[in-house]
Amino acid sequence: MTKKIILATLVAVPFMAAALPAQADGAYRAKAVAMIQKDFKPRGQASLDRLAEDGVQAICNRTGNNPPAEIAKMLEADQMAAVVYPADGQLMGDWKKGEKLAQSGKGFTWKDKPGLPVGGNCYNCHQISPKEQAYGTVGPSLLHFGKLRGNTAETQKYVYSKIYNAKAHNLCSEMPRFGRIEALGTNQIKDLVALLLDPESPVNK
Amino acid sequence: MRKFRIMSALCALTSAGVFAAHVQAQEVDHAKADAEFAKFRAEMEDSNPAELFELKGEELWKAKRGPNNVSLAESCDLGLGVGKLDGAYVLMPRYFKDADAVMDAERRVVWCMTEKQGFKFDDIAKKPFASGNYTPEITSLVTYVAGHSRNKQFAVNLKDPKVREIYETGKEIANYRAGPYDFSCNTCHGSDGKRIRMQNLPNIGSKEGATKSVMGWPGYRMTGGVMLTHQWRMNDCFRQQRFPEPKYASDTITALLTYMTANANGVMYKGPGIKR
Ligand code: HEC
Ligand code: HEC
Repeated sequence: MTKKIILATLVAVPFMAAALPAQADGAYRAKAVAMIQKDFKPRGQASLDRLAEDGVQAICNRTGNNPPAEIAKMLEADQMAAVVYPADGQLMGDWKKGEKLAQSGKGFTWKDKPGLPVGGNCYNCHQISPKEQAYGTVGPSLLHFGKLRGNTAETQKYVYSKIYNAKAHNLCSEMPRFGRIEALGTNQIKDLVALLLDPESPVNK
Repeated sequence: MRKFRIMSALCALTSAGVFAAHVQAQEVDHAKADAEFAKFRAEMEDSNPAELFELKGEELWKAKRGPNNVSLAESCDLGLGVGKLDGAYVLMPRYFKDADAVMDAERRVVWCMTEKQGFKFDDIAKKPFASGNYTPEITSLVTYVAGHSRNKQFAVNLKDPKVREIYETGKEIANYRAGPYDFSCNTCHGSDGKRIRMQNLPNIGSKEGATKSVMGWPGYRMTGGVMLTHQWRMNDCFRQQRFPEPKYASDTITALLTYMTANANGVMYKGPGIKR
């Protein structure tokens, strides 16, 4: 999987260099990167390798989150190809467990214990259940998501893959790639799909 | 007069403890807590507990300390001449020739402590920020320095090419996405009107957002009754960004503070404040 991403970046970066006019702030960007490389120290699970950009980050950072359409399509397809679906093909889990996950903002900071379980952070950015008023607005409201979008096999697949890897649909999305970085496992993503799509979930009441 | 204000600040501190417990008890009711906090902050405005730390900072500033047994008052130049405090804070970050670096206020005081008083940087950097109910000396010093710019306008000198360069670099750092969640500062602070849970996120690139980002720092924190600096805020946001920890008083922090403070140029600084 990682190999694939690196490959795609190797293809994309020279292509971009040709396609894009030299950015005026390129020099400052280089200074910023050099500064960041020298100014951090590892703490807890937050090791220094986190400062390096992966392929998607590199493209998004260099294009102000607005890469040329062809490159975005190519890299989105690459991210999509690495989405792992449940072996039994069942994409809906338990919305109650999904709600718990959506509430938790734990995970990956230097204060958090390494390893699973990690929270979904969903309420940090989204309105979801009508019962939770303390929701963030970095992402769109997901209230009534299933009611509005239906609970078809196609929607389930969309939501599953969106949570697994938001960048497979929208390369420079602000939403983390929960499945790809192994923050959330297959079963946990299924529970979140249920939270959004199950007709019994408070989201759709 | 001063004594009276500090007495009332102490009263406020006690009720701050009560307030914190109250908020914890009903953690669910964020909206209500928010409104209450705003009211509480307004009530505390003229008996600002930050003044206690300014007083502590004044003592530290004037005392002969460190291996060299000199005071900062007689050795530290914050940009306006040795020992000159009035209006120095709102002009920082600025370029300091003696250090050949652009420095924010906290970094400059640390520089004076190491270069003039002879303290060891590593000792200061070991526990540079408040935690529990402990507030480090450096924080009181910064609060004291900041207090001398109350009611003065932020005026970071972007005409100085060295400052400009750090400003532009800071702008790029704010854009830099990395780490497991692909976050940058701008993921959370890059547009208007965003929230994480109930917390409003200032857009650090706009004048209005930058004003919110620099106002009230250093800030008194209700829980714990400690003072926190702007450097601390950067440190905690990098934690939320899932980055490794920024080194204390590093260029990266100065660059971000330069970016935000200059974006608020022309705005009147109201002095050390209160933060949740
Ligand atoms: C850092 C903020 C952030 C977090 C955390 C986050 N999201 Fe998102 N999410 C976004 C943004 C921004 C969008 C819209 C842009 C896009 O489509 O990528 C989005 C889009 C979505 C969409 C697509 C909406 C649509 O109309 O098609 C779904 C579904 C979704 N998020 C679910 C979740 C779930 C479930 C979680 C928790 C596991 C989560 N998000 C966590 C920011 C976030
Ligand atoms: C994952 C989201 C997130 C990221 C990434 C993030 N912050 Fe924050 N930031 C917050 C939250 C939440 C607060 C707290 C707001 C509050 O307490 O009211 C905050 C507060 C702040 C404040 C204080 C605002 C005030 O009212 O005084 C500043 C300044 C700030 N952040 C700057 C930054 C900078 C610079 C970066 C990049 C190094 C950054 N943040 C990265 C979420 C984030």
